[in-house]
Amino acid sequence: MKPAPFDYRAPASVEETLPLLELDTAVLAGGQSLVPLLNLRLARPEVVVDINGLAELDYLRADGGPLRIGAMTRQVTLERSEPVRRGWPLLHKAVRLVGHRQIRSRGTVGGSVAHADPAAELPAALLALDATLHMRSTGGARRVAASEFFLGPLYTAREPDELLVEIEVPGQPDGAGAGFAEYARTHGDFATAGAAAVVGPGGHAGIALFGAGPVPVRSEAADQALASGAGAREAAELAAREVEGEHRRALCTELARRAIEEAMA
Amino acid sequence: MEINGRPYEGDVEPRTLLSDFIRHGAGLTGTKVGCEQGVCGACTVQLDGEPVRSCLMLAIQANGRSLRTVEGLAADGELHPLQRAFHEAHALQCGFCTPGFLMSMEAVLRADPDAGEAELREALAGNLCRCTGYLGIVEAVQHAAREMREGS
Repeated sequence: MKPAPFDYRAPASVEETLPLLELDTAVLAGGQSLVPLLNLRLARPEVVVDINGLAELDYLRADGGPLRIGAMTRQVTLERSEPVRRGWPLLHKAVRLVGHRQIRSRGTVGGSVAHADPAAELPAALLALDATLHMRSTGGARRVAASEFFLGPLYTAREPDELLVEIEVPGQPDGAGAGFAEYARTHGDFATAGAAAVVGPGGHAGIALFGAGPVPVRSEAADQALASGAGAREAAELAAREVEGEHRRALCTELARRAIEEAMA
Repeated sequence: MEINGRPYEGDVEPRTLLSDFIRHGAGLTGTKVGCEQGVCGACTVQLDGEPVRSCLMLAIQANGRSLRTVEGLAADGELHPLQRAFHEAHALQCGFCTPGFLMSMEAVLRADPDAGEAELREALAGNLCRCTGYLGIVEAVQHAAREMREGS
């Protein structure tokens, strides 16, 4: 099918974009989720605000501190980044499993976060990494922790007039390991479920599950258990304890175990 | 926009998909339209050298950009090594998916001429074939990769 008619705006800067978001808009970033919804007419916005002209949001910065990812950074850019592979290996492992190569050419990091598919890889990885999401609107700027951002399937703390501009990921402790595991019926398809794990020295741990419910899930109990010396199996069971459905819980437990073992290896 | 090195112009509605502009606006019908939701890969073209789904872009977004479609693969009447290998290895039957496979795999082999079978199979996962099956396709791509390595 083809999209229903819409007005098209292509602002050249964040400043120009923000006032447009006060209309009935859909923000078009990489388009790898929005355009299928437009084609299927599941989304029929009055105005499509295309932010592909916002070169100012296409950056990866890591100057010894946190990693700052501009919201319009293509997934393939994250995948190819050597500083990301070395400093934030969890993101490298997660982004390689987003869709297919042709999807990652266009798909953006910010788009994946703002779209908030419960089966998406990047939101879970960012949750495990304690990322912070930076948003702007005509009213000002706001930051929200990843743990507070995902509210439901395709539903986030972003208000319709807000633009996600940056994803900030804290620097990882030296020697921290990362593990990422997912199950999908065919390679590159939406995952049924998956797990992201970071385990560092000094009792640092972050385990997040996706495809485990309406939003990515982080389990403090599992993080604490790992920090105090629990094994991968025990922590994985804690991480998936709240997952509904016997099959899904069993799958999440196993994927969490694999991710944790990979992170501890 | 430029397609295969030639300029193309047209006035389009904002909602016109790039795949439709390529086929109906530019008249380049080598690019096929399958699922129109980014799953099948039949519409894959290259945007500034990167493989993309042309059904998931608006034509207007390609304004001023450089595209390459399957019509741009053969040079001087000579098939591209990938096209030749697909022919020789029986990597197509109805051929509907073939342009998408070719445009995806040309980008993969250009970026990594030494890609092994596992990497090639992973790269091939972004295109669906509903009739030939994948063995001939994997074989063709490996064959083309060898030829391109030796030829360069």
